[in-house]
Amino acid sequence: MAQYLLIESRDPFESNDVGYYYDLAKGLVEGGNQVTLFLAQNGVLSARPSAHSAALSALARNGVTVLADDFSLQERGIAKLAEGVAAAPIDVVVDHLAAGHKTLWH
Amino acid sequence: MSKMTLTIVLMDPPYESENLTTAFRILDVAARRGYHINVFAYEGAAGLACARQTPHPNSVHGKNVAEENHPTTKDQVAALLAEAEKNGGKVDWINCGMCVDERGVNEFVPGTRRGSPADFHAFVEASDNVLVIPTK
Amino acid sequence: MAKKTLNIVESAYRAVMEEQDDTILWLLAAMQGAGAKHTVVLRGNAVNYAVAGQGVPGLTVGEWKQTHAPKMDRDILDLIEKRKIPVYVVAEDLADRGIERGELVPGVQMLSRTALPGLFAEYELVAHW
Repeated sequence: MAQYLLIESRDPFESNDVGYYYDLAKGLVEGGNQVTLFLAQNGVLSARPSAHSAALSALARNGVTVLADDFSLQERGIAKLAEGVAAAPIDVVVDHLAAGHKTLWH
Repeated sequence: MSKMTLTIVLMDPPYESENLTTAFRILDVAARRGYHINVFAYEGAAGLACARQTPHPNSVHGKNVAEENHPTTKDQVAALLAEAEKNGGKVDWINCGMCVDERGVNEFVPGTRRGSPADFHAFVEASDNVLVIPTK
Repeated sequence: MAKKTLNIVESAYRAVMEEQDDTILWLLAAMQGAGAKHTVVLRGNAVNYAVAGQGVPGLTVGEWKQTHAPKMDRDILDLIEKRKIPVYVVAEDLADRGIERGELVPGVQMLSRTALPGLFAEYELVAHW
C-alpha cells in the first residue's frame, strides 16, 4: 500500500478536467492506497457547499482524505465547507513530500 | 543523518498564475525546516530570479513606489535562499539556460545559477522527493 | 540506477510553434539522454500528439518566416524509436475526441483510463505535466 498526495489547483466551474483527477484519487484508493486530495487556489471553490461539492463529499465517503488549503479558503472568503472536507495548512504538502509520498499537481 | 532534500519544478512566469504564490509558500515551509531544496526553474519560471525586475507605483490606488511596495519574485527568491541558510539548509536554484536565453533574462539573483535538463536529472536522482508544478 | 518516472502529459499545443517542440516532451527526451528512465502517458488533449500526419508550415510574420515548424507526430515517434521512452495514450480520451487507433503513429501503446492508477505502483516517481 502506498500513500499519495494529489494537489488540485483547478475548479470544476471553469475546468471539466477536474472530474478526471477526482476519479484518479478514487481509483488509487480502490487499489488499496491511502490518498489525500489537497485542494488549493481555485480548487477550493468546490469545497463550499454547492452544485459541485457533492463529488468531494463522495470522495471522502470513499476513503479519500479531502483537505482544502486554508490560505486559499481565506483568500476567497470561504468559511463553510462541504461535508467531508477539512481546512489544512500548506505544511501538509511538505509533510507528504518529506514522507516520500508520490505527490502530483493538477 | 543526511538532510531532507526536495526538488521542485516551476514553470510559470512571474505575475501570470497563482501557482507561484502556492509554490513559494511550499518552498518557504521547506526552507524554515532547514531542508535542502533544489529548484529547477523551467520555461517562464526562468524569469523568477531575474535581477532586473523593478517594482512600480500604483496610480489606481494612489501609491508611489515605496507605498505600493510591489512584490518582485527576485526578492522572494533571495529571501528563500536566506531563509534556508538561516535554518541550516540550502537552496540550489537553477534557471534553465535555454529558457533564460530565449527570454533574455540572463541576470540572476546571486546564489542562483544557469543549468540544463541534465541538472534536473541530477536533482531527481539526489532528492528524497520531487514535485512538478506544471503550467496550464 | 535512475529512478523510474511516470510522466502524465495533458498539456497540448501550448507554445509548440514558438518553441518548435512540446517543451515537456523535449525535456524528458533531454533527461533520457542524461540517463533518466522515463515513461510517458498522453492524456486529455495531449493524445492528439500521437495522430499521424499533423503539422503546419512555419509561421510567417511580414518578411520573417519560421524555418523549422514542429511536428508532434514525428516527436512522438522519436521518443519511442530513438529515445526508447514508452508512450501510452489513454484510450477513452482518444475515443472522446473521435480519434481512431489506426490514425496514430506506430509504437504508441493503449492504456485504459481505469488502468492508470494501477500503473503508479510500478514507478518511483509520478509527475503530472
